[in-house]
Amino acid sequence: MRATGGPDVGVGDVLLSVENVSLSFGGVKAVSDVSFDIRKGEIRAIIGPNGAGKTSMLNVINGFYHPQQGRITFKGQTRAKMRPHDAAYGGIARTFQNVALFRGMTALDNIMAGRTLKMHSNFFWQLLRYGPAMREEVDHRHRVEEIIDFLKIQEIRRVPVGRLPYGLQKRVELGRALAMEPELLLLDEPMAGMNIEEKEDMSRFVLDVNDYYGTTIALIEHDMGVVMDLSDRVVVLDHGIKIADGTPDEVKRNQAVIDAYLGVAH
Amino acid sequence: MAPNAAAGADTFPKLLIRNAHIYGARPAMRHKDLGIWQTWTWSEVLDIVRAYAVGLHRLGLKRGETIAIVGGNRPKLYWSVMAAQMLGAIPVPVYADAVADELAYVLAHAEVRFAAVEDQEQIDKILSVLARVPKLELMIYDEKRGLRDYDHSRLRSMDDVIEDGRKALADAAVAAWLDKEIAASKGADPSIILYTSGTTGTSKGVMLTNERSVRAATDTVTFDKLTENDVALAYLPLAWVGDHYLNYAQGMVSGFCTACPESPDTAMTDLREIGPSFYFAPPRTLEALLTRVMIRMEDAGFIKRKLFHYFVGVARRYGERILNGESVPLTGRLLYAIGNVLVYGPLKNVLGFSRVRVAYTAGEAVGPDLFSFYRSIGLNLKQLYGQTEAFLYVTAQPDGEIYADTVGPACPNVDIRISENGEVQFKSPGMFSGYFKDDAKTAEVMTPDGFVKTGDAGFFDEKTGHLKIIDRTKDVGKLNNGTMFPPKYIENKLKFFPNIREAVALGDKRDFVTVMLNIDLAAVGSWAERNNVVYGSYQELAGHPLVYEMLEKHVADVNRSLADDKVMAGAQIKRFLILHKELDPDDGEITRTLKVRRGFVAERYAPLIKALYDGSKEADISTEVTFEDGRKGMISARVKIRDMNGAAPAMGKAA
Repeated sequence: MRATGGPDVGVGDVLLSVENVSLSFGGVKAVSDVSFDIRKGEIRAIIGPNGAGKTSMLNVINGFYHPQQGRITFKGQTRAKMRPHDAAYGGIARTFQNVALFRGMTALDNIMAGRTLKMHSNFFWQLLRYGPAMREEVDHRHRVEEIIDFLKIQEIRRVPVGRLPYGLQKRVELGRALAMEPELLLLDEPMAGMNIEEKEDMSRFVLDVNDYYGTTIALIEHDMGVVMDLSDRVVVLDHGIKIADGTPDEVKRNQAVIDAYLGVAH
Repeated sequence: MAPNAAAGADTFPKLLIRNAHIYGARPAMRHKDLGIWQTWTWSEVLDIVRAYAVGLHRLGLKRGETIAIVGGNRPKLYWSVMAAQMLGAIPVPVYADAVADELAYVLAHAEVRFAAVEDQEQIDKILSVLARVPKLELMIYDEKRGLRDYDHSRLRSMDDVIEDGRKALADAAVAAWLDKEIAASKGADPSIILYTSGTTGTSKGVMLTNERSVRAATDTVTFDKLTENDVALAYLPLAWVGDHYLNYAQGMVSGFCTACPESPDTAMTDLREIGPSFYFAPPRTLEALLTRVMIRMEDAGFIKRKLFHYFVGVARRYGERILNGESVPLTGRLLYAIGNVLVYGPLKNVLGFSRVRVAYTAGEAVGPDLFSFYRSIGLNLKQLYGQTEAFLYVTAQPDGEIYADTVGPACPNVDIRISENGEVQFKSPGMFSGYFKDDAKTAEVMTPDGFVKTGDAGFFDEKTGHLKIIDRTKDVGKLNNGTMFPPKYIENKLKFFPNIREAVALGDKRDFVTVMLNIDLAAVGSWAERNNVVYGSYQELAGHPLVYEMLEKHVADVNRSLADDKVMAGAQIKRFLILHKELDPDDGEITRTLKVRRGFVAERYAPLIKALYDGSKEADISTEVTFEDGRKGMISARVKIRDMNGAAPAMGKAA
């Protein structure tokens, strides 16, 4: 269970809500008529068996997929579809199920890349790397160093990420997302393929991000232990349909969820 | 620096004040934070420590009380030590990676009311054993991250304590009171309690006094001519006597700058950036560094590889002699100079050794080849011998008298003698005043005439007059046929091969010698990659037939070298096996300072040992492993055993 005193369950204002969202690819229904909300400061988990539509849902939220039906309200602004740059400028950052870093670049540069949207000096100064551009870079570097310190990856600062083990790559990816100073952080299976120790580390970082930066987090995860420990509220999808929504305890007891995970006799 | 610059200052706080006076603007401490090296001068450190001491006093820390220091090498933890000493309290450093059990033992035994801790990780560990440390009242933390939701009635931030003290210090009366406190500390007061790593059973609290610590450090600072211009990197555990002596005590006495790495994993990079002039590394670290260099050279291009090996050969021939100031033919000097530009210089730079003036290694015997390698590339590496009870040094090699197999003559003002049963005993300026709350143990290691028994077997070399350490007295055994069996000696020969990380030799009261080996994952892994050997885990690699074949060759080499020595020829290795898991301090198989705990290993791997001696070709074993968070799991394996043909005594090698 979460430590006491954290953001209270469901008390914060609604940061993002999706209403009656449906998404299909050709004849395949990925998500149908799903509604839920994410409140400020909480850790919200989206779970479900393989192919339940979890990643599709995340892609709808950050505007990568455009739903055929439904509305998305983010920070009070209602849209039929989100666009990726609106999402990014609006403060939504994400990590990917399969690591999507610049493999030839160092960990430091990868995280620096996350600051791109926060750079304001013009092209000319950037080209010269002088004057306002230099001051800005120093400032950004400071922020990035704070993130490196936060994620305890000082020793790999100068290592090209392609040479790093998987667990560390995931951490660098989280760092890049954090560099955007997001209000809402979408994590797509942050613990997939990790060993127990790496999972524990990552869980600790997710909690710390939520606690220290106050970032709202939506995460997709398969490891039930992790989900139940980390999240304030859980939404469960199965075959694109929402079958449950509530606190981890409620969801754990929900018969539809148990059936979806364990299967039912036909 | 004048040899007796420490004269007059018989405690560390007094030394700190002296340093702030003489070296006020010189760097005392550096720490890399957010990627940038931060520096504190001696006068800044004094200011902070004074404020910190007052803050601690206001929390209730009193003279004579103990305070635990738990964490890595961070300036604030060193300042915690200084601040406690300023109040006449006794700091008790604890290893940062100690598992909760060990931590609970030390905290409870030392009866601490306060603990200065690094971060949440340490706090969690202490909280998990709180029931066993009833006296603990308050934890003062350096890093606030992750602590927001904790119960803060038992927690204080170090910054707040220092700030609180600073405000109080504005009152002249408080400042005067602090000055009086500092003056009130006497040289004979205990300055620190260092818990031994416990090679033999539970750890004991070694009490050291101010005066003796300062005196011992003064002797060695003079011996190695350390000055305020030197720099050291504090990367070894803060709770280890070596760090407390080499960095803390010597730094205080000589005024040199102690740099703290950014994190434990960045020590290599930090070493290179700081370029220390005084360096200490246990043989194991030197070995790991060399292994890494060798692996990288194997991956280098043809020309680079040839160049490297050629000049390493040159260095082997001339390097040590040049370092020792012996006469070397002109061509040798010339070649060495070229090699220095092309290979040794850049190599030392990569390793962070470019500015090292004095380097020491100790802790266990160092492989002669390993030792000469570093010396041959121009690193002034020397050996010392000592233990926590001696406050580290009792012998050290003077410049120009360096031998791989000795640990040097007695240090200035140290008396050393060999007892009848071959045990090394010493009396030194820095020797401990007793084990904390354990007079029986103290009496056990002290002789009636005031010498300390080291438990190490050794003798003075007739040629050089240096002390030679063979092994722990109680470890030197005999085979059933009467042949001497010093396990360390055999193990060290094995461990010199980069592929072998650890070895445990068996043979006492048995018919022949056998060994259990640990492969070095970095070295063997790289070999596997180059030779297309596929493996899924450490266990699988360790059991691979090709790996066995490779190690068999190493064992055969060792047998040949044992055969060359008449006394040891009977102690050749007859059978060996490769362990399925790495020996790990978390499982209690080796100590935190990475020494094998023989008794425990023998018990734990009893089925394997039985198989080694009953002629079986393989044996099943399942062992419990402890994960870093304290949980336990089991791993089991079937381990193969190889027979060796004894090497003939070196008859044909008469050339």
